[in-house]
Amino acid sequence: MNLAELLLLAWESIGSNKMRSLLTMLGIIIGVASVIIMISISSGTEASIEEQITGLGSNLVYVTTSFGRVGAARGNPMGGGGMEGGLIYDDAFAIADEVSGVEAVVVEQSSSETVKAGDVTLDGVTIVGSTADFPSVRDMEIDEGRYFTQQEVDRTQKIVVLGHTLAQELFGDADPIGQTVTVSGTKLTVIGVFAERGMVSGVDFDAQLYTPITVVFQKFTPAQFARFIGDRVRVIYVELENPEVMENVIQQISFLLAKRHDVSLEEADFTVTTQQDIIQTQEATTAAFRNLLAWVAGVSLIVGGIGIMNIMLVSVTERTREIGIRQSVGATPDDIRWQFLTEAVVLSLVGGLIGVLAGVGGSWIFGTVSDMRTLVVPISILLAFTSAAAVGIFFGFYPANKAAQLDPIEALRHE
Amino acid sequence: MSERPIIQAIEVKKIYGMGEISVAALDGVSITIDEGEFVAVMGPSGSGKSTLMNILGCLDRPTEGHYILDSEDVSEMDRKQLAGIRNRRIGFIFQSYNLLPRTSALKNVMLPLFYNRNHKRSPEEREAMARDVLEIVGLGDRLNHQPQELSGGEQQRVAIARALVGDPVLILADEPTGNLDTRSGEEIMGLLHELHQDGRTIVMVTHDPEIAIHTQRTIHLRDGRIEKVVNNGSGSKPLEGEKVRHESR
Repeated sequence: MNLAELLLLAWESIGSNKMRSLLTMLGIIIGVASVIIMISISSGTEASIEEQITGLGSNLVYVTTSFGRVGAARGNPMGGGGMEGGLIYDDAFAIADEVSGVEAVVVEQSSSETVKAGDVTLDGVTIVGSTADFPSVRDMEIDEGRYFTQQEVDRTQKIVVLGHTLAQELFGDADPIGQTVTVSGTKLTVIGVFAERGMVSGVDFDAQLYTPITVVFQKFTPAQFARFIGDRVRVIYVELENPEVMENVIQQISFLLAKRHDVSLEEADFTVTTQQDIIQTQEATTAAFRNLLAWVAGVSLIVGGIGIMNIMLVSVTERTREIGIRQSVGATPDDIRWQFLTEAVVLSLVGGLIGVLAGVGGSWIFGTVSDMRTLVVPISILLAFTSAAAVGIFFGFYPANKAAQLDPIEALRHE
Repeated sequence: MSERPIIQAIEVKKIYGMGEISVAALDGVSITIDEGEFVAVMGPSGSGKSTLMNILGCLDRPTEGHYILDSEDVSEMDRKQLAGIRNRRIGFIFQSYNLLPRTSALKNVMLPLFYNRNHKRSPEEREAMARDVLEIVGLGDRLNHQPQELSGGEQQRVAIARALVGDPVLILADEPTGNLDTRSGEEIMGLLHELHQDGRTIVMVTHDPEIAIHTQRTIHLRDGRIEKVVNNGSGSKPLEGEKVRHESR
């Protein structure tokens, strides 16, 4: 018997009991399809996250408060048990004034408040207090109206720019410009609406409300000791003139802030991060996520393999008479073993093929009907397909061996 | 007809179990069957005739003694070698036909050729050979019928064609007419006689003396031993039927 004949024999046997064959393959089909779909979802997510992050520009440095250190080092006489320390508003001006190679500095401080406009009330809306360069540094585009200027920030003007979705939720199709929104009792005048931006690192930029940072300091996060130590900020974005000065700027900022906060670099109450760091962290997270999905899918493949073994064992018992007949006309144990092994492998491969089609189709449907982006990775098809074949060989071996060892006399007597 | 022995069984024993509780299904059976003979094996159930047929058919090995098939000692062969012997030297005809279900008559008959390692033939060649023997047994017009679409007599003819296709030295028939009505049974016996006329060596198990008497010799078994051997005359008596000649292969 050569390979072509073995394949033909397996194919005929599979075809002669289509329902059983389909049920046998189902486990493999689902396993392979889920491997491909899961990997395509995680790759899609990864790709869009990366795109969004790099969309912010690669010449950006983030300075954030390092909470673990806050209050630990600074011997502030106003000591309020961990409430002091961290970045303050004036740090941003200091960076802008004293660090060379800086293009723009943007400060952010946020708060969660209740927003009212007309008879619409929304709870838990994020109010982002910021400065004039925010749109350019964070890659946001104004759709209608305008963003506020630094003068308006300095004068604590009660004005607001709405995220795209938020504007629709509050005002529907009506023009929001010039309207008033009430944020936890403070009336703010709408001067602009942002264009759609989407999710970046799990934050929906379209559902936020943007005001001058000074308004946030004054109305939403009034610090007890602001008069003495300045207003606390969450993050300072520093845009560089060009990416080459990155290392130098990070050093300058570190030294400047350490001096201003009166701490050593080792126990700094702030962290300076780059775009690259964030992408790497993000990649590590999604890679872990993807690996987890791959494992889950791998387990389902194994379950599919056990299904194949199960049905093959039943099939061996059911076909004992056939095996006896074949043995009586001269089939050797090897012939029988190969017949059943080939059948299991062909079943797995056909199941794998259907699974690949279902996986690619499923990924496409998933990407179309849901917000999630999917990206079918060719290697995942290969991976799923070869594991299906491996599963077939592995789980087909035991039943095939069992068939090969049947005694011809017993087998012929089997009803 | 030549006097070349096809079957030489020498003190063949088949013992099941060990020591005190062992049972001898065959207790020293010696037979010689020459080429071209048509021999019947008879005996009550438990006489060892099934065991003997299994050993003669190389489906089983004797515990003691020697079985020489066509001048080759097969009593010490392993499973793989025995499979080869069954494939090339022996043609089986069973009481219950033992055809592969959902498989055409042609494919069923091609099966032994499929497993022939010594002589690999192309699928076309095998099909042509299977077609030839199916025509010999009178089923030239039923090639693509599956067993469930054929009558019992026709199914047994397919089985005979399958036994013949590899041109074996020995045909073993185990109650070939046992599942058939009288008329079909006679047709099958007629076919076996034709094969005998053509020089085939046939050993047939039967419980029907009427059928056994049409063979040359009847071997009576009892309790695992040969009780007696009865000569039914010099030649077998074929039933009336069309004479079929085939080419000597």
